[in-house]
Amino acid sequence: MPSVPLLLSQAFNGLALGSLLALVSSGLTIILGTLGVLNFAHGALFMLGAYAIFLVMQATGSFILAVLAGCVFMLVVGVVVERLVMRLFYQRPPEDQILVTFGIGIVVVEAVRAVFGGNSQHVSVPGWGEGVTQLGFLIYPTYRLEVIGIIAAVLALLWVVLYRTSIGLVVRAGIEDQRMVGILGINVRRTFLLVFAIGVVAAGFAGMIYAPIIAVVPDMGDSFLVESFVVIVIGGLGSFPGAVVGGLIAGEIVSITSAFNSAYSEVMLYALMALLLVVRPQGLFGTEGRV
Amino acid sequence: MYQSIRRGGISRRRILQSSLGIAGGLALVRPGFAAERHPAIGTWPDGVSGDTAFIGITTPLTGPYSADGTDEQLGYELAIAEINAGSAIARKWGLTGKGVLGKTLKYKIADSQTKPNVAVQAQTGFIQTDKAIMITGCVSSATAIALEELAQREKVLNMVGLSGSNDTTGKNCQRYGFRSQPSAYMACKALAPVVGKAYGKGVKAAYLTPDYTYGHSVFDSFTDGVKPYGWTVATNQVVPLGTTDFSSALLNIANSGAKVFVNIAFGADAVASTKQADQFGVLKKMKLIVPNISSFQAKQTGADLMAGVYGTFDFWWTLEDRYPLAKDFVQAFLKQHNYHPRWGAHIGYMQTMIWAVSVERAKTFYPPEVIKTLEASKSNPYESSLGKVYYRAGDHQMVRPVPVVVGKAKSAMKNPDDFYNVVDVVSGEQLLQPLDDTGCHMGAYT
Repeated sequence: MPSVPLLLSQAFNGLALGSLLALVSSGLTIILGTLGVLNFAHGALFMLGAYAIFLVMQATGSFILAVLAGCVFMLVVGVVVERLVMRLFYQRPPEDQILVTFGIGIVVVEAVRAVFGGNSQHVSVPGWGEGVTQLGFLIYPTYRLEVIGIIAAVLALLWVVLYRTSIGLVVRAGIEDQRMVGILGINVRRTFLLVFAIGVVAAGFAGMIYAPIIAVVPDMGDSFLVESFVVIVIGGLGSFPGAVVGGLIAGEIVSITSAFNSAYSEVMLYALMALLLVVRPQGLFGTEGRV
Repeated sequence: MYQSIRRGGISRRRILQSSLGIAGGLALVRPGFAAERHPAIGTWPDGVSGDTAFIGITTPLTGPYSADGTDEQLGYELAIAEINAGSAIARKWGLTGKGVLGKTLKYKIADSQTKPNVAVQAQTGFIQTDKAIMITGCVSSATAIALEELAQREKVLNMVGLSGSNDTTGKNCQRYGFRSQPSAYMACKALAPVVGKAYGKGVKAAYLTPDYTYGHSVFDSFTDGVKPYGWTVATNQVVPLGTTDFSSALLNIANSGAKVFVNIAFGADAVASTKQADQFGVLKKMKLIVPNISSFQAKQTGADLMAGVYGTFDFWWTLEDRYPLAKDFVQAFLKQHNYHPRWGAHIGYMQTMIWAVSVERAKTFYPPEVIKTLEASKSNPYESSLGKVYYRAGDHQMVRPVPVVVGKAKSAMKNPDDFYNVVDVVSGEQLLQPLDDTGCHMGAYT
């Protein structure tokens, strides 16, 4: 039986891990919840964000500048992908959408591999995040502590934009009946574009925040794509609060289990997902019959 | 119905006549084939009936071990180019003329994605469609073992790529598989006295272990190796291959009260876990040991994190000062690729050279004869980039020196690839696991 301080430390780590998972999943759930598209390029876009910050940091040395430039870059990527490909697929069956996003993911990953190779790239922790912080019962990396705050702010902002302004309303109405919304004088296509681009920026932003922590390699998005799916299945497909709560639950499960035996931490995560699919298939915050 | 009557109508005399004619024709066209008098086996003789011989290569070009896999690929390509050109270096290894027994080597490389099933699928294709006479390449013991099983089943020789698990030449050993990399047992036996001396007796150590044959093998061998020094296990954090966030495992390690952190993770996992260990303050509290260091670890984490870290390698390029053939290899590689080859490239290069030499010694591609030649190499060792080496007949583990290294401080580096000092080169003979303890039971030749 692990000691109480260790359990407390792991519970705290679960919160930090969970907030990162919530951030990673948010991009996926925004696009799914509003546009109804399951974006299999999510992992690749996450990776693209990490490479963007790597490049700008090499050139400028500034983390904040790199994040800003990275977000602009991801916005452009989102707009280009939506205009060239995605807009043709909103009315197509889900399997077509999955195939096309999966294909976009492969193209992005292989393009990055062709340019940078398979070696991992080094992104340093920003100066203000270096070192460890003493929290009484545990010592924790300063950067990860700050990241919890950054993520909370970003998720709150995303929620306000998507669900407390008319954008989300327009998109959801547009999915129900695009023509009717158009007749009401609203430019649905532009709103779709905006939401898709926000989802892409969210995925890229998660990659940027994660870049100083993990190995920046072309395949880095693969495992995050899978974890994001687990998180949004737990939280409820397409539900934004679901992604946040699902992320936190996933983080706690992985972390607390590893206090007992780290080999079982992923198993427990998938076990919970399987259990949830049996007793509450729509997830914690999902609505039955609607994505 | 009509056809079967017609077939029945062919006379016995006619069949005899035609088969004699075919046999005679074969004897005229390919005297070598007829003279060898072996029954066909695996892809032999079909794979070498023309003027080429095909090698099937699988390396992970994607996935957590892709950096090592890409390096490995370049090693294979260099060796094959030298062999086909009949270069001066190839002659120093003991080859004569261009190609192997006069046949030009052809090859294809498939991306195994660091997954055993993908590697097996690709090599099965190479065996069936390209009639590969030899298969090789991997950066994971799970893949190595799967390919060895395929080789044994298909009776096609497998010169194992990167694989450190004891099982590769232990309980999963195969007659058709040969491994040049030191086993975990050998590496840890070479490393233990060095770290025992550096850090003293009775040390508490924390371990991060990838959850598959390689990780468990290295954990067992390392803890065995440091037992004489009274080292104890403070915690062993077992994590899946391809983990990206090690925070919860590192938190347990940080709280374990250990003085030494033994990181068994490999490839991109090693880079990520070492970076994160630094962020959790683990590297300030504990001395890091990496029993088997990934090819590009120091380059990817930055030299600072690896300075003072002890570990072993299959090969480190400064061994060129000790072995003339290592110098030839390193310089040829450097000239072509503009960086010093790592040990992934070295294994690809060395295993290809030694296979080619063995075929020429056996004077045939017939796999059982090549295997017997490799098994008899103790009495006739190979001249190699690690000096004289041979394979032990009982488990097909190469008996070769093992370099123990320590990471250099950034300020002490003489060039961008000068990450390590070789502190010891331990002779292979004294590192071998007793054959009875390996659990190896060889399969059949035919």
